[in-house]
Amino acid sequence: MFYREAGDFKVSYQQDSQTFPIKFDRYRYYAVMAFAFLVIPFVINDYWANAILLPFLIYAIAAIGLNILVGYCGQVSLGTGGFMAVGAYACYKLMTAFPEVSMIVHVLLSGGITAIVCVAFGLPSLRIKGFYLAVATLAAQFFLVWLFNRVPWFYNYSASGQINAPERDVFGIIVTGPNASAWATYTFCLIFLTFCALVARNLTRGTIGRTWMAIRDMDIAAEIIGVNPLKAKLTAFAVSGFFIGISGALFFAVYLGAVEVGEAFGITKSFLVLFMVIIGGLGSIFGSFAGAAFLVLLPVVLKVLGVDVLGWPTDIVAHFQLVIVGALIVFFLIVEPHGLAQLWRVAKEKLRLWPFPH
Amino acid sequence: MPEQLVFAMEVTLNGLMAGVLYALVALGFVLIYKASGIFNYAQGVMALFAAMTLVGIMNGQVPFSHLINAILGTEIHHFGWHLPGIVGIILTVAVMVLFAWMVQQFVMRHLVGQEPIILFMATIGLAYFLEGVSDLMWGSEIKKLDVGLPQGINLLIDETTFNIFGYGFFIDNLDIVATVIAALLVASLVIFSQYTKQGRAMRAVADDHQAALSVGISLNFIWVLVWSVAGFVALVAGIMWGTKSGVQFSLSLIALKALPVLMLGGFTSIPGAIVGGLIIGVGEKLFEFAIGPMVGGATENWFAYVLALLFLVFRPQGLFGEKIIERV
Repeated sequence: MFYREAGDFKVSYQQDSQTFPIKFDRYRYYAVMAFAFLVIPFVINDYWANAILLPFLIYAIAAIGLNILVGYCGQVSLGTGGFMAVGAYACYKLMTAFPEVSMIVHVLLSGGITAIVCVAFGLPSLRIKGFYLAVATLAAQFFLVWLFNRVPWFYNYSASGQINAPERDVFGIIVTGPNASAWATYTFCLIFLTFCALVARNLTRGTIGRTWMAIRDMDIAAEIIGVNPLKAKLTAFAVSGFFIGISGALFFAVYLGAVEVGEAFGITKSFLVLFMVIIGGLGSIFGSFAGAAFLVLLPVVLKVLGVDVLGWPTDIVAHFQLVIVGALIVFFLIVEPHGLAQLWRVAKEKLRLWPFPH
Repeated sequence: MPEQLVFAMEVTLNGLMAGVLYALVALGFVLIYKASGIFNYAQGVMALFAAMTLVGIMNGQVPFSHLINAILGTEIHHFGWHLPGIVGIILTVAVMVLFAWMVQQFVMRHLVGQEPIILFMATIGLAYFLEGVSDLMWGSEIKKLDVGLPQGINLLIDETTFNIFGYGFFIDNLDIVATVIAALLVASLVIFSQYTKQGRAMRAVADDHQAALSVGISLNFIWVLVWSVAGFVALVAGIMWGTKSGVQFSLSLIALKALPVLMLGGFTSIPGAIVGGLIIGVGEKLFEFAIGPMVGGATENWFAYVLALLFLVFRPQGLFGEKIIERV
């Protein structure tokens, strides 16, 4: 009834190429943005921020980054944890070296540094494809984690080998360290997520996104019709690295505050973000959000159900979580290989025809 | 003979032994990849699961006892028997065959014809699932596995080398046994695939699914067979690693170590898996010995991957892999 293009006339090219062509979608988008920016910061408390909202926002950025690489450009990467560590350590070095500079600059710069590292590890992708590339990116994962563990310069020669986020602010509002308030950290991450999602959305529907998808669908054919594989693959690695670096920096500085690299950015992190992308939907920005929300909420829900309601020991619940995540991944791959995003798309398609399906 | 050289020789020998163990895990990968084109990430977890099941059966542990106790409030833990190793191994093989059948029935059958990367991700899901199940079934604490394999320093080698070089090499008996068993395993696999009906059918399926179907080979049966054989190889690897360092979660991470082995050797070649394993084993031990102290040690964590990465840049199909031909 209300969810359709009819009656919504486009009178300029600008209107014709807008992100949400259907009026209902557009208003829904504005409503979500207004709710996220104007309502949640005023009602948020520490538990909600730390248990659900911050991890969701930060993982969503990482998932968007990985989705660009895996979902749009078809280059499977298992090095996400290592690249997030690059973002975190870059942010740490910048924060301690230039204390008076705003955090926004630090986070963006960490993204840039990660992009450079990511491109360096992406260079072999020109020769290596498919699985071989997936395994080659493991080299990045293990090498980077080892590097941050072993070279004392990266953790400023601290005795514990950990890095701790000092207190830094944005326009006078503290966003890192133990004294940061929940609303400030939340809004800070939300701004970055919005920025990343907007950039990603507009990149993927433009020329550069189309070259990525051409490479993904068949790289030789794409090369023959004139797509430059060097440029397409390396830009995908760079953009992806930029987002993943931002999420790594936020993960360390805003969310955790103190990081031991092997624990926080190990191989399990790489798989976690990859699962978000698969469950959410390969090649979809909305899917990155859905996958991140799903995998952040799942442990919380399971913990509440298992430990608080049924009274099981926590280790059994933790094992169940593995079983359920594993089963869900297999289930999604069998039933809906395109993930939650496809379910959403189908629902929207149904809604467009409703209530006259023929 | 200079001391450094003698040390290097000992390190090389130990590296060769470690390489054999990597090769054992890699072998399981190659088998499944050759027969079904599936890159089975769950191989390492299968080794963990097999070793845990073996320990559980031998000690008479009640499966899922922790969970049952939590739900029903009972206090059951053991059946109260202790089985000899060989019975335990036979029962574990049965469990692995059952697992193979279930994987085929509930997962792989529904994914026929999907892209390889989707299948790969399905096996990652499978790995998580199996890891959770094995923890639920047998508990997640570190277990001791002892099926009667010899362990400890080999005195004969120690003495002989002491007489020759004036320095006794430390070689674990277990590593020697592992090498012998790996050689036997590879030999029997080659004989199986060359001279038996099922083995030939397996190779036919590996060559061309459609053609194999059209001459009356049951794909379902062959895939269950392949997964069972891979389960058996996983069990052997699990026993070796489990005896060496206890049955624990880190066992499943050897799958990650097997990946660079495979890339070096090529995914489709059994000799490749062996040679790749040896190269990685020797390479990482020697690198740690020679360069490790200079850069802070623990280079074994990443050396294998970086070596494989550099190698692939020059030869993308691995040492013995089939040449990759790409067409539009």
